[in-house]
Amino acid sequence: MSPLRQGTLDSVAATKTSARDDLSRTVPTPIRTRLLKTIVGFGVLLVVTCVVAPLVGSSPLNFARVFDRSIPFSDNVDAQIFFIARMPRIVAGAIAGAALAAAGVVFQALLRNALATPFTLGVSAGASLGAMLAIVLGATISAGPFSAVPVASLGGAAIAAAIVYRLATMQDRAMSTTVLLLAGVTLNSFFSALIMFVQYIADFAQVYRAIRWIMGDLDVGSFDPIVAALPMMAIAFAMFAWLPSSLNLLSIGADAASARGVDVGRTQRLAFVSASLATAAAVSLAGPIGFIGIVVPHLVRLMVGVDHRLVLPASALFGAAFLVMCDLAARTLLAPLEIPVGVITAMLGGPFFLWLLVRKG
Amino acid sequence: MAAGSKRLIAVAFVLVVCWATRPAAMQQRTTSAVRIVSLVPALTEMLFAIGAGPQVIAISSYDEFPPEVTSLPRVGALLDPDMERILALRPDLVVSYGSQTDVQAQLARAKIRVFSYKHAGLAGVFTTLKDLGAAVGRPAESDNLARQIRTGLDAIQARVRGRPQPRTLLVFERDPASLRGVYVSGGVGFLHDMLGIAGGVNVFADVARESVQPSIETMLARAPEVILEVRATGLLAATDIAQARRVWGALGAVPAVKQGRIEILTGEHLVVPGPRVVQATAAFARALHPDVYK
Repeated sequence: MSPLRQGTLDSVAATKTSARDDLSRTVPTPIRTRLLKTIVGFGVLLVVTCVVAPLVGSSPLNFARVFDRSIPFSDNVDAQIFFIARMPRIVAGAIAGAALAAAGVVFQALLRNALATPFTLGVSAGASLGAMLAIVLGATISAGPFSAVPVASLGGAAIAAAIVYRLATMQDRAMSTTVLLLAGVTLNSFFSALIMFVQYIADFAQVYRAIRWIMGDLDVGSFDPIVAALPMMAIAFAMFAWLPSSLNLLSIGADAASARGVDVGRTQRLAFVSASLATAAAVSLAGPIGFIGIVVPHLVRLMVGVDHRLVLPASALFGAAFLVMCDLAARTLLAPLEIPVGVITAMLGGPFFLWLLVRKG
Repeated sequence: MAAGSKRLIAVAFVLVVCWATRPAAMQQRTTSAVRIVSLVPALTEMLFAIGAGPQVIAISSYDEFPPEVTSLPRVGALLDPDMERILALRPDLVVSYGSQTDVQAQLARAKIRVFSYKHAGLAGVFTTLKDLGAAVGRPAESDNLARQIRTGLDAIQARVRGRPQPRTLLVFERDPASLRGVYVSGGVGFLHDMLGIAGGVNVFADVARESVQPSIETMLARAPEVILEVRATGLLAATDIAQARRVWGALGAVPAVKQGRIEILTGEHLVVPGPRVVQATAAFARALHPDVYK
């Protein structure tokens, strides 16, 4: 039995017994209060991060000039650095971080596997293949906020998710998480093979650009890519809002959840589609930034426990703050050079992941 | 009896092989190369420029210049040299990258001479030229070519001397439709050196690397007066120029954008550190100092 599952069982058992013992023991904090506390706590962290992050960067800014309306914006370097370089970066980091962390929580519950990530089911490999094809074929199509590489990566992610979904729902109506996992892992390696093939036939500079894309980059340069990703994010998060209670029961097992009145098939589909959508949108915006989707949910569980009603919103908020902080490190540590943000998250996430394995093992 | 004759045949075969390969091995040491395989485009150009073109029998996948090379067989490049084809062509000199140590070891085992190329700045062009001339037995021609290059570069430098030197962002890679994936020249390498001779100041001269991927913030903060985009391939259409201006237009506070000084140069000669560095440097100078080159 996985540690996560054990934990969830404990928590569900705890809520059941606590309801029975309400009269005889001290009244436990109701979920609403705990949710409020959690959201306020992590929300404050996110707000502080988002206020501090744009104040720091590779070049010193004169903040009197940044907000000085008397200087025309086209002449105001400080304002342009603040509003064109830093702000979109921070917003992109917050959105991508929230999406990846929340998707991680959902995938971990759906697959009932503590080591699942948003990229376990092949979404990132599909997105990477799409992005690579766009780079190699030199696609220059862009319409409004949509440009070639994000659109292609979104397409690749959608194809990967669709294949996995189709395979997992083929045999019967409910999703088989085993098939999901196996199909996802297989698809990951199949897409990796295609990526290698495309890399091999591609031009040197294109390969380098594609590899750089895989390392993740939040330097979006304007709000357009964010606007392009927002509708998908909004839909995904709206779907997330339906999930927490069902996920709590689903974590124990499909049969147990079904016995408690959860429409398992529907919950699984909702979880899969919403998490895939959030992941695809995040990847198209910032590249496949790794480890957020596993580090953040686990850190959050250490802090608030395993109830998805708390873990999901807390992970989204903490994921946003975490990625903004990682990006702050990425753009300042070696300034004027920049460390790819995916390298920072991996450097922090890798050792953390190992620690988690050893600790739970 | 049968075993004995087989052994005899084997011994005879070995003897024949030794006899056949020995004179060839001796010949390599005594005469200059007559069958050259070049895996380095810049050095292929040098070989042709010093008159060793007829000796070049095969080239890399990326060679385009001089036009004669297009009819030659291609045997891979830096990452994927086709060893079998190289050996089958029976070269007596293979020009390879210094980092291709496996290739060089294999060639050494086959007793084929190797010219090892180390990529360096503009000064490296001269040392490579001198060594290559010696390796192919054309030292006089290579000295002559080196002098021509030196004279050409000196002339460009003299022409722009005393002019104000614009602070320049030298871009050699960019996502076509956005300011993502921008790569610029740092303070090391032949592109940086050519920019200096052409009368420009590299805004990333302080970064001791050949290539830098600057963030939008650093590009804004470095405030270049000219943005010089160098593209190795493709023809330049009016739409490309318009698109580049639109993309860079996002950084309105940058002096180069404000004054419309976004210059785009195309041609693979711009990114090959070979004999055409003079042409490339002149193109840089024309873009940076249009008034001088009227």
